[in-house]
Amino acid sequence: MSIETKVIELEEVSIRFSGDSGDGMQLTGTLFSDTTALLGNDISTFPDYPAEIRAPQGTVAGVSGFQIQFGTKKISTPGDLAHVLVAMNPAAVKANARFMMPGGTIFFDSDSFTQKNLEKAKFSTEDPFAELNLIDYIKVPVPITQLTREALKDLEIDNKSILRSKNMFALGLICWVFSRPLDYIEKYIAKKFGKKELVLEANRRVLHAGYNYAHNLQHMTPRYVVHPAPIAKGTYRNINGNYATAWGLLAAAEKSGLELFIGSYPITPATEVLQALSERKDLGVKSFQAEDEIAGICTAIGAAFAGNLAVTSTSGPGFALKSEALGLGVMAELPLVVVNVQRGGPSTGLPTKTEQSDLMQTLYGRNGESPVVVVAASTPSDCFHYAFVAAKIAVERMVPVVLLTDGFLGNGTEPWRIPAMSDLPTITPRIAKDPSLFKPYNRDPETLAREWAFPGMAGFQHRIGGLEKDKGGNVSHDPMNHQIMCEVRRDKVDAVVDMVPPLELVGEQRGDLLVVGWGGTLGHLDTAVRELQADGKKVSLAHFNYIKPLPSNTAEVLSGFKKIVVCELNLGQFVGYLRDKMPDFKYLQYNKVQGLPFTIHELSAHFIKLMEE
Amino acid sequence: MLETLNYTPKDFKSENEVRWCPGCGDHAVLNAIQKAMANLNIKHEDYAVISGIGCSSRFPYYMSTYGFHTIHGRAAAIASGVKCANPRLTVWEITGDGDALAIGGNHFIHAIRRNIDLNIILFNNKIYGLTKGQYSPTTDRGFVTKTSPAGTIEDPFVPGRLVLGAGGTFFARCVDNNLKHSQEIFEAAAAFKGTSVVEVLQNCVIFNDGVHEAITDTKTREEHQIFLKHGEPMLFGNNRDRGLVLANGKLKVVRIGEDGITEADVLVHDAEDEDGFLHQSLINMKLPEFPVAMGVIRSVSAKVYNEAMEEQIAEVQSKSNIRNMDQLLNSGNTWKVEN
Repeated sequence: MSIETKVIELEEVSIRFSGDSGDGMQLTGTLFSDTTALLGNDISTFPDYPAEIRAPQGTVAGVSGFQIQFGTKKISTPGDLAHVLVAMNPAAVKANARFMMPGGTIFFDSDSFTQKNLEKAKFSTEDPFAELNLIDYIKVPVPITQLTREALKDLEIDNKSILRSKNMFALGLICWVFSRPLDYIEKYIAKKFGKKELVLEANRRVLHAGYNYAHNLQHMTPRYVVHPAPIAKGTYRNINGNYATAWGLLAAAEKSGLELFIGSYPITPATEVLQALSERKDLGVKSFQAEDEIAGICTAIGAAFAGNLAVTSTSGPGFALKSEALGLGVMAELPLVVVNVQRGGPSTGLPTKTEQSDLMQTLYGRNGESPVVVVAASTPSDCFHYAFVAAKIAVERMVPVVLLTDGFLGNGTEPWRIPAMSDLPTITPRIAKDPSLFKPYNRDPETLAREWAFPGMAGFQHRIGGLEKDKGGNVSHDPMNHQIMCEVRRDKVDAVVDMVPPLELVGEQRGDLLVVGWGGTLGHLDTAVRELQADGKKVSLAHFNYIKPLPSNTAEVLSGFKKIVVCELNLGQFVGYLRDKMPDFKYLQYNKVQGLPFTIHELSAHFIKLMEE
Repeated sequence: MLETLNYTPKDFKSENEVRWCPGCGDHAVLNAIQKAMANLNIKHEDYAVISGIGCSSRFPYYMSTYGFHTIHGRAAAIASGVKCANPRLTVWEITGDGDALAIGGNHFIHAIRRNIDLNIILFNNKIYGLTKGQYSPTTDRGFVTKTSPAGTIEDPFVPGRLVLGAGGTFFARCVDNNLKHSQEIFEAAAAFKGTSVVEVLQNCVIFNDGVHEAITDTKTREEHQIFLKHGEPMLFGNNRDRGLVLANGKLKVVRIGEDGITEADVLVHDAEDEDGFLHQSLINMKLPEFPVAMGVIRSVSAKVYNEAMEEQIAEVQSKSNIRNMDQLLNSGNTWKVEN
C-alpha cells in the first residue's frame, strides 16, 4: 500500500462509484456529477445498475455502479476505464476490476472486507486485489463503516440509518480528492431531509467526516486536479436523456399550441419519460398510466384522433406489444410519437443494459406494408432536439414517428446549454380549416400529408379506421386501390426527407476509412475518430440521426472513402438496412452486444487494423 | 345547454349502406342509438363513436358523427384517450362479447375501474359472428360451435358481474328487439357521468339464431323480463302481479295476493345503492326460476377519471411557479458560463 503525497493533473478523469444496490451509489454519483458540472467541467455519466432492486447483499450480481468522466476539454463519453474506483465492498472490486485504468486508485471500505463478504463475492483467497491481478494500483483502505459510526456516536439514531449514511462518507472523501466544495451537496441534503432533522444532521456530519478524513490523511491520498473546460457561453444544466426526451416533447407541445397527452406503461429504462411528463401537470400534460403497453399506445392514438399531441414511451418488449396499434396509426394516418428507449434483448433480455437492437423491429416489425418515420437521438441532451423534431414531423406530416434512444442515453447525463424557446423552429399542425373542402384523405400534393380534423370541430365529421379506404376515406377492397394506397403511405414517409438536414461528416470528405454509426454511440465514435485524426489518420465519421428516411446526401457521403465500417451495438441491423437502401457500397461492420457501450480503445484498435489491412 | 338542438334520427345516419345481415339485431340497435342521440341535445360534432373489431364494430361507418373503427379489443383504450384528450365530447364505444370480454378484457375492466365517462354498448350475441361461428367468452357451457364441436368446456362470463367486480358504477341491460326501451336505456347511459355499460342481448341471425329467444320473444316478454326502474317496485308479468322479495338473503319470486303478499312487500329498485349485493342478485337472475332483469340495474355516482384529471391539472397549475417551457428549462440547478 502506498505512498507519498501525490498531485495528479489530468485533462480528463473518470471515477466509478460502486457498492451494493442498497448503498446509495446512484445518488452519490449524481451529487458528485452535479457538483462537478457547477464547477465548469464538462461531464458525461453512465449509471450501471442491476435489474434487481435489491439483489442479494454482497454479491457481484448486486453491485450498482455509477461512472462519471469530467475534464478540461469536451467530454463525449463516461470514459472507457476508471482512474478512480470507490468500492463499498469486495463484490464491487470484483465487478469493476476490468473497468480500471492501470495505475488507478481504489478507495475501499476496509471494514467490509470480512471473510464473509469475501466469500459472498466468491473470492477464494484473503487478498482479493492479488486475486484480480490488481497489482500496480494505489489501494487506499478506509474504515468507512467504523468512521461513520464514530461520527454519529452521540446522535440518537438507529443502526440502519447509520449504515445508510456511509455513502456520504465516500462522497465527502472523493470531494476532497478532487477539490470539490461541499456546499451544493449540503443544500441538496438539506432539501431532501429538511423535515427529518436527525437524518439531515447525520448525513451532514458523515459527509464532512469523509472530507476531513481525506484531508488529514493526505500523505497517503493522491489528489487530482482537473481544470474547468472551455465551454460555450450560456446557461447550463445537467440533463439525462429521458428528461431531455420528455422536455423536448413538452417544447413541441408549446410550439405547436397542442395539448400533450402521454399514454404509457412503466418499463425499464423508459419509465422516467412517463415520470418526467407526469411531473408537468403545471404545463397541462395529461399523463395516463395505462393498464398495459397496448393501452398505452391506444390511448395515445385516441388522443391523436381527438386533437392532442399524442405520445407513448416504451422499451423493446413494450414496443413489440404496441406493434398492431402502431399499424393502426399508420393506416389511419394520425400524428403519433413513439419513444423507444432501447435495452438488451430479445425477450426480457438485459433490462437495465443498453443496446441498439430494436432498429429492425422499428423499421419492419408490423403486419402489412407499414412505414413509419424513424429518428434516433445520439447524446443525452440531444434527445431534447430529436424528440422535438419527432413531434414536429408527426403533426406536420400526419404520420407516426418512432424516436429511438437507448438505456445509455436515457440514464446518462451531461451538461446542456439551455435553449430559448424563441430559438426553436415553429411547428404548424395540419389542422383542417375549410369544412366545404375537407375530405379525410385529401392530401398535400407535395408532402402527401392529409389534414387533421378532430371531434368537436363542426362541419368536419368523418369516419376513419383500420380498414383500407379509398382517397375519399370510404372503405375499399378494390385491388388497385390497395396498391395505390400502400404506395402513397410509403411515399408520404419518403417525402419527409425534405425536413431532414444533410448528413454532416466529422472530418474530410474523402479518406481511407469512413466510420458509420447511428443513435447513442456518437460520443464513443466521435472521440475515437477525432483521436485518430489527430494522429494523422485519414478517417471520418458519418453519424445518422435520421434513419427513415435517410438524408438525401447519404450516397454522396459514402462514396468518398476506400472503406466503410458500420459500428452498432447489435449484430448488424443498420448495416443490413444500408445494404438494402444503398446497395452500391461495400460495408464492413463492427458489432458489440454485451449490454455495454463501445470503448474508445476497442474502436480505435479496430479502425487502425482496418486501415492497415 | 343554452340552445335547443332540433335533431332527428336522420341527422345521425351516414350515406354508407348498412351491410349487416338482414334480420340482424344490430339494425335495431343502430336505430335506437340514432334516436337517442337526436334526443340528447348534444351537438352533432361533439359525438365520437369508437369501435373495435367484429360485426357490431362496423357501427361508426353507419353514423354521420365522428367515428373511429379501430382494432380488435382496443376500443376501450382508444375511447379513453379520446375522452381524456377532449372531455367535452360524448364518447360511445361500440363493442361485442368477443371484442370487449376476450381480447379486450383488460381494457374493459380498467376503463370501468377508472370510471372514465364513456358509454360502452356491449352487443352480446354469445358467438363470434365475423369469423363465422366460434364460441365466445359468453357462450354457455356445452354449446356446440365450429371450435367446440363436442361442446365448450368452459363457463361463460356474465358481463354484469364482471362490471360489478371491476367496481362499475353503471350497468344496464336491454334487448335488440325492444327499440323503445333500448332508446330509453341509451339515453340514461349517455346522461350518466362515468363508465356506463349497457349489455344488449343481440341476436345473430346466421350463427346463433334464437340464442336469447326464451328471454326476448315479444309474446312472452312481460313474463320473462322484469323492467327495473329506480324507485319503483320490482313487478313483472302480463298483469304485473308478480314481484321480487328478499327471503333468507336471496331473491324470490312471489305472486301478489298469494300467502298474504301485497305490493308493499315487493322490493323497490334502488339503482343508486352503492352496495352491489342486490344489483348482483338481479344480474344473476335466470330463466326459468326468475325473469331476466332489464333496465338500469346500477347507477351510482362516483368520482369520474377525466374530471379528476382536469381538476388535478388545474390544482397543480394554481400552485406551480412554472407556467411555460422557458421557466421549466431554467428551473432548478443551472449555472452560467461567461466567456
